[in-house]
Amino acid sequence: METVKLTIDNREIEVPKGTTIYKAAKSLGIDIPVLCYMDLHDLKVENKPAGCRICVVEVEGRRNLAPSCSTDCMNGMVVKTHTTRVINARRTVMELILSDHPKDCLTCPKSGHCELQDIAVRLGIREIPGQEFAEMSTYKKDFSPSIIRDVDKCIMCRRCETMCNDIQTVGALSAVNRGFMSVVAPAFEQDLEKSPCTFCGQCVAVCPTGALTEVDHTAKVIRALSDPTKTVLVQTAPAVRAALGEEFGLKPGTSVTGKMAAALRKIGFDFVFDTDFAADLTIMEEGTELLDRLTRHLNGDKSVRLPILTSCCPAWVNFFETNYNDMLDVPSSAKSPQQMFGAIAKSYFAEKLGKKRDELVVVSVMPCLAKKYECQRDEFKHDNNPDVDYSISTRELAHLIKSFNINFVDLADEDFDRPLGESTGAGVIFGATGGVIEAAVRTAYEVQTGKPLPKVDFTELRGMDGIRSATIDFNGLPINIGIAHGLGNARKLLDDVRAGKANYHAIEIMACPGGCIGGGGQPLHHGDSSIIKARMAAIYREDAGKTIRKSHENPYIKQLYEEFLGKPMSEKAHHLLHTHYFKKGNKDIFI
Amino acid sequence: MHLLVCGGTGCRASSSDAIVESLKSELAANGLENDVQVIMTGCFGFCEKGPIVKVLPDNTFYTQVKPEDAAEIVREHVVKGRKVARLLYTDPAKNEHVSDSKHMGFYRKQIRIALRNCGFINPENIDEYIARDGYQAIGKAITEMDPQQTIDIIKKSGLRGRGGGGFPTGLKWEIASKNKADQKYVVCNADEGDPGAFMDRSILEGDPHSVIEAMSICGYCIGASKGLVYIRAEYPLAIKRLKVAIDQAREYGLLGNNILGSNFSFDIELRYGAGAFVCGEETALIHSMEGLRGEPTVKPPFPAESGYLGKPTNVNNVETFANVPVIILKGADWYSSIGTEKSKGTKVFALAGKINNVGLIEVPMGITLREVIFEIGGGIKNGKKFKAVQTGGPSGGCLTEKHLDTPIDFDNLIAAGSMMGSGGMIVMDEDDCMVAVAKFYLDFTVEESCGKCSPCRIGNKRLYETLEKITKGEGTMEDLDRLRNLSQVIKDTALCGLGQTSPNPVLSTLDNFYHEYLAHVNDRKCPAGQCKSLMQYVIDPEACVGCTACARNCPVNAISGERKKPHEIDTAICIKCGACIEKCKFNAISIQ
Amino acid sequence: MTKVKSLADLKKMKETLQTKIDIREKGDASESLVQIKVAMATCGIASGAKAVMEFLMEELDKRGIQAVVTQTGCMGYCYAEPTIEVKLPGKEPVIFGYVDNKKADDIIEKYIKNGELVDGIIPTNFESIDNK
Repeated sequence: METVKLTIDNREIEVPKGTTIYKAAKSLGIDIPVLCYMDLHDLKVENKPAGCRICVVEVEGRRNLAPSCSTDCMNGMVVKTHTTRVINARRTVMELILSDHPKDCLTCPKSGHCELQDIAVRLGIREIPGQEFAEMSTYKKDFSPSIIRDVDKCIMCRRCETMCNDIQTVGALSAVNRGFMSVVAPAFEQDLEKSPCTFCGQCVAVCPTGALTEVDHTAKVIRALSDPTKTVLVQTAPAVRAALGEEFGLKPGTSVTGKMAAALRKIGFDFVFDTDFAADLTIMEEGTELLDRLTRHLNGDKSVRLPILTSCCPAWVNFFETNYNDMLDVPSSAKSPQQMFGAIAKSYFAEKLGKKRDELVVVSVMPCLAKKYECQRDEFKHDNNPDVDYSISTRELAHLIKSFNINFVDLADEDFDRPLGESTGAGVIFGATGGVIEAAVRTAYEVQTGKPLPKVDFTELRGMDGIRSATIDFNGLPINIGIAHGLGNARKLLDDVRAGKANYHAIEIMACPGGCIGGGGQPLHHGDSSIIKARMAAIYREDAGKTIRKSHENPYIKQLYEEFLGKPMSEKAHHLLHTHYFKKGNKDIFI
Repeated sequence: MHLLVCGGTGCRASSSDAIVESLKSELAANGLENDVQVIMTGCFGFCEKGPIVKVLPDNTFYTQVKPEDAAEIVREHVVKGRKVARLLYTDPAKNEHVSDSKHMGFYRKQIRIALRNCGFINPENIDEYIARDGYQAIGKAITEMDPQQTIDIIKKSGLRGRGGGGFPTGLKWEIASKNKADQKYVVCNADEGDPGAFMDRSILEGDPHSVIEAMSICGYCIGASKGLVYIRAEYPLAIKRLKVAIDQAREYGLLGNNILGSNFSFDIELRYGAGAFVCGEETALIHSMEGLRGEPTVKPPFPAESGYLGKPTNVNNVETFANVPVIILKGADWYSSIGTEKSKGTKVFALAGKINNVGLIEVPMGITLREVIFEIGGGIKNGKKFKAVQTGGPSGGCLTEKHLDTPIDFDNLIAAGSMMGSGGMIVMDEDDCMVAVAKFYLDFTVEESCGKCSPCRIGNKRLYETLEKITKGEGTMEDLDRLRNLSQVIKDTALCGLGQTSPNPVLSTLDNFYHEYLAHVNDRKCPAGQCKSLMQYVIDPEACVGCTACARNCPVNAISGERKKPHEIDTAICIKCGACIEKCKFNAISIQ
Repeated sequence: MTKVKSLADLKKMKETLQTKIDIREKGDASESLVQIKVAMATCGIASGAKAVMEFLMEELDKRGIQAVVTQTGCMGYCYAEPTIEVKLPGKEPVIFGYVDNKKADDIIEKYIKNGELVDGIIPTNFESIDNK
């Protein structure tokens, strides 16, 4: 590899050609502050518009200061990262950014996690010269079901734009206007809900300030908990337990399932259940649907379309409803685990309790912001009463736990309640990319072949590559599996399917890079993708530790079918656990 | 005999179309339609006195011609051979008519290379361009030279980019030629954005073929078969003439496949810009052509490595290209004999402001500001005193009396705290307030910033606000200090050339006119009497006779007083509109 | 329209096309060319100035002399029409009277080519504003 030699802060270093000054300095332990820059290395995401100009450094012989995040090292370069000229420039630029930023830190949802705040603290900004006569750029606040855009706080780092356009290829967000009024917004500054936004929340996950945040439902949850006429159920998605600990200072990748259950009970939820249970149920329905379509296809039924696509990711559902609405019969009709849980809770479990559905409040804790939108969809309501009342993110749960003064780290582990709290390892791995299809294969294999699996772990389906494929031998029948995470990768796979170029039988798609563990509602990774990898490891550890690892072996799932649903894809199951999709075309662009 | 009528945008706006029609019908009425040709040409540059009609061969130069003058021109000049004296240019210094344009101060010091055909040929007729050796340079290059030899001529000529940066053109071509790719592009930057600068438009309107030919030469040199002209949609006439020229060149096989029987193929397409100043920056221009937001990206990679659609791309501006064919034909030595050591050839400037001869001029590098302003420009209007000249467009600096004898070239202007830019030159006189001037330019850069980097997006706004505060008489010494620091930091940290130069008007006025800032801040006075907030209208009780004319005409009833007794102005109500001064017959009202 | 096939073609084209704008080229370089003004007011034309002018233009071209022939108004020497003014580069203009084609031929051969004066010179008695 070609290398270059340079001097940074009087220390010599040799780095591969193409290394930026920022990275070279970092390898020397020199920490140059960055703001707009973001490198999610494992997801192959790099955002370096060189717009904020916080990371500038002095390069000998250069007329002006160089942005270290996007300036490559050159042979013989002499770099100074912290001269008075640099510090003065950095402070002045920071003062400028703050001069056009609201000062409502006390009530800002990002307070304490705000990267702008961190740098202001680090640079010791104590006043903003000229603030008294400085105009601020202000914009309309945009409330969607999932995401709030308060772009008065936008600092034009463009991270959200990179995620929305380059990674997700959704194209809902881009820079609009010019000069002082430049801001990132949907086209024509229309509301997010009228844009092609899928509510995947990847923009929120990377926003360094409070410009993009989730719609906070914690106040409503507290209100429901304090209403004596309501029975409040909570379900927690698989990816939550792999990340929640980070909010309490635990190492990324620490699994906190037991502490989480204990905390939820302390908060006062009447029943602490698990979405993993519904994940097992999803496998029963979706796996059966797969086998059904496959069998009909093999028998020559031309009306069957393959591959079957997973449908548990609500952002993905929004994406194909907008971009692939000529293929609405391809995805599985199975509802997502969140909605299956809600449907079963407000029917089967309500009957068991002898309560009416509107006496129950179902709260879900999700790593996801699109779930907020999903639970508000009309088809998931009965008499205007939603199957899932409130969906809160992992971050919101952490706020709840903190506001209830619970010493989370020291909590003793507790278990979920029965019956809707029992789950298998198959349900757990839903949280990572490849997990849903692995869980489906574990069940479909045994149902199809009638034989027990020789080994439960399908490592060929795991990993972080954006698009993966594997062929699983179903006792002589090769089943081609495709996996994509990140909507940009999904688009590539779907384009192949649409063009008839792909010969997959089943495809799993997750909207967020890494799957749900990298969801838009998870603790902020602040650009450190090793955190996502650690969460993934935690998920597979939890799976390996489970005694039951196949969905069809979950005793409470069996009981549910025996007592209530009959068998997978029965009429009752179809009514409660399956859905259909809608064409979302070009929404009215001109307001 | 030929009658050349200026068809530049300025003269056309003053109905030069109608002049052509009138001349033709007058000639026909005299039976001379076959003997005398009327030709509409590109800009003559002497826009101050447009519309221009030039009579050849005797070089008679008629100014401010109206359609109704056509009869007299034909009757007197064409038929009887008597020049129409009242339409001749009058030398303001000598108050004499000048009939031959060669003797006009405006033209005497000019050397027209880029503008060689402007005001001389009919831009919509390729034959006239060919008659002036047109397309022989591309012919010579592809027939007699290899690309490197051609590049060497441009390199040796010392031609530097005329868009503002001054990067050596030959070197730029060489870099692009060395990058290997299946497709390369030649881009002509016709996104002329400096307010008041219009040389590129004039060249495209007056001599479009020279740009087409130069782009082909560049294509031959770097190995590109495709050319794109990025032109602002606000230039309809230039677009039309360029389209006509491209069509004609295609018909003659001077664009298209196998040009002049060689293996070289080249064609040109137009791309329209929406008029954002920042799209003159080459990376922003390329993004705009790709359909992306027009904002710059960090260089490297330079367009020569990865430009339009990721392919090696060479971007030059119109004026740079217009120099190329002549250099190929006349040789590098001829070209480099003009100009200074590091800046060769000529530069076109758009003269504007408080100057007698507003217009477009082409002068050799190394000419002094004094020669440009006082000889070519004819000095300051209305005999006022020269105060400053702002060069380089909105982000140039303001130069003063002490810079007047500096030879103009790329490096000297930068050393003096300004820049060449695309060649705008705005002259200010004693009535201009330099704080207000700096504010005026900041207003432009605030408006035109793309908003990508924080120093430019927010910093320029803050500079503007601070200047606003000072012109309102609310400035403090801390404000002056902050102006300087902020300006330096913006220069030091902004992403592209726009931001890096936008504080120049502030810094150069702080350097050269600090006393004016101090007057605003310490004495709450605007020495030039331009800043309204700092002016007071006062009635001199000695001179006022109490005629009540001022009070009756004051739109806000700020003036009171009894008949035949001195009146008074309530400064709290006065909006400083000046209506009272106009009405006062006794010079009793003054501004303090 | 036919395509231009080679550089040689292009050069040939130029030669042909050049004459169309010749008058302008000369205008720019008039100082270094022979300038002839033919008085073409009513009196001049009546005396045959037009024919002389055409003769001069054709002959000068044929004999390869770069000259600018223009018409001008009455020079005031109506008694000697047709009159022409000839200005050789760097010299004061000279006015000839009673110019017919034969005289014109003389002027070309003797005065313009060799600087020898021929009969019929009229002493000038005014300065035109051109010379200011």
